[in-house]
Amino acid sequence: MPEFKPRTVYVTYIAATPEKVWQALTSSEFTRKYFWDRDIELEPKLGGAFALKLPDGKVNVRGKVIAWDPPRKLAVTWQVEWPDEFRKLPECVVSYEIVPAGEAVRLTMTESHSWNVPEAILSGGRTGWPAILSSLKSLLETGKVPAIQMEPPREMIEAIKKL
Amino acid sequence: MSDKPKFVYVIYIASTPDEVFSALTDARQSARYWFGYEVTSDWKVGAEFALVKDGRRWDTGKVLEYDPPRRLSYSFHPEHDGLENEKPSRVAFDLDEINGQVKLTMTHDDFEDGSEVLPKIQAGWPSILSSLKSLLETGKELPPFWRGDYDKK
Repeated sequence: MPEFKPRTVYVTYIAATPEKVWQALTSSEFTRKYFWDRDIELEPKLGGAFALKLPDGKVNVRGKVIAWDPPRKLAVTWQVEWPDEFRKLPECVVSYEIVPAGEAVRLTMTESHSWNVPEAILSGGRTGWPAILSSLKSLLETGKVPAIQMEPPREMIEAIKKL
Repeated sequence: MSDKPKFVYVIYIASTPDEVFSALTDARQSARYWFGYEVTSDWKVGAEFALVKDGRRWDTGKVLEYDPPRRLSYSFHPEHDGLENEKPSRVAFDLDEINGQVKLTMTHDDFEDGSEVLPKIQAGWPSILSSLKSLLETGKELPPFWRGDYDKK
C-alpha cells in the first residue's frame, strides 16, 4: 500500500460516550441523519467492505476497513464512485479516533492522501467535514440535526476535470 | 495565497449570528464555554482585550475589528508559560448565516516562524468552540477537561 499522509484534520469534542460516538460513525440509523442521507455499510472487521450509499442505492464511496478497534479507532480506504467525474480521484484514507476527554470525547477525523493532492481538491473535505461533524455533534447532544445544504466547491470540480 | 502558518477552524452552530457574537464577547458566557476564562474588553477598536481567570490576565491583546454580528478580531499575546516573548498573533471570527444556522470561522494567524503558541492554540480552539456550540445548542457547556482537570486525570 502506498504511503498516505494526513492532509486534513478536524477535531470536535462531543458530550457523549465513546460507544455512542462509535455507533454514530458506523450505523446508518445515524449517518442518514448527519451525513446527507447516506447509509453506511461496514463489515465489522479488518479488511471488511465499506460503502456509503445514496438513498437511491447508488454507491457514493467505496473502500475497505484498514483499522478496526471499537470504540477507539476506525479507518477506511475511500474511493469516490459518484458523481462519475469524481472517480478520477485517487483513493484516500479516512480515519476516526475517539479518545475520552473528561466526561466528553474528542473525535479526530483525519483525511490522508498518497499523492501530491492540490489544495483545490482538499477544499472538498475541508468544506464538508466541519459540516458533517458539526451535525454529528448536534445529533448526539440534542437529538436534532440542522440541515446544512452544500455542494462540492467549484474549485474542486474544476481541479478534478484537469486530472 | 500566503504560506504563513495559520489555524482555521469552522464549526456550525444552530443559533443566530447575534447570539454567537454575543457569546464571543460576553465574559459571563465565555467563563462557561472557555473553561473559566472571561473575555474582557469594552470592545472598541483599539481597546485592550484580556482573557481573565482567577483574577489573572492569561492572554492579552487589542481589539482590531468589531463589526457585530459579522466579524470580530483581536490580537493575541499569551502572558504565561514562557510564551511572553513571542510577538502577538491575531484571532478573527467570521459569522455567516447558512440554512438558518451559523457558520463560525475562526482564523488564528500572524504567527512568528516556529511559533510555540501555534501548537497550543491548535489544541485549544476545537475544545473551546465545541463547548461554545454545546452551550448555545443545549444550554450546557462541555464538562471541563482542558488546562487543569483533564491534565490531572
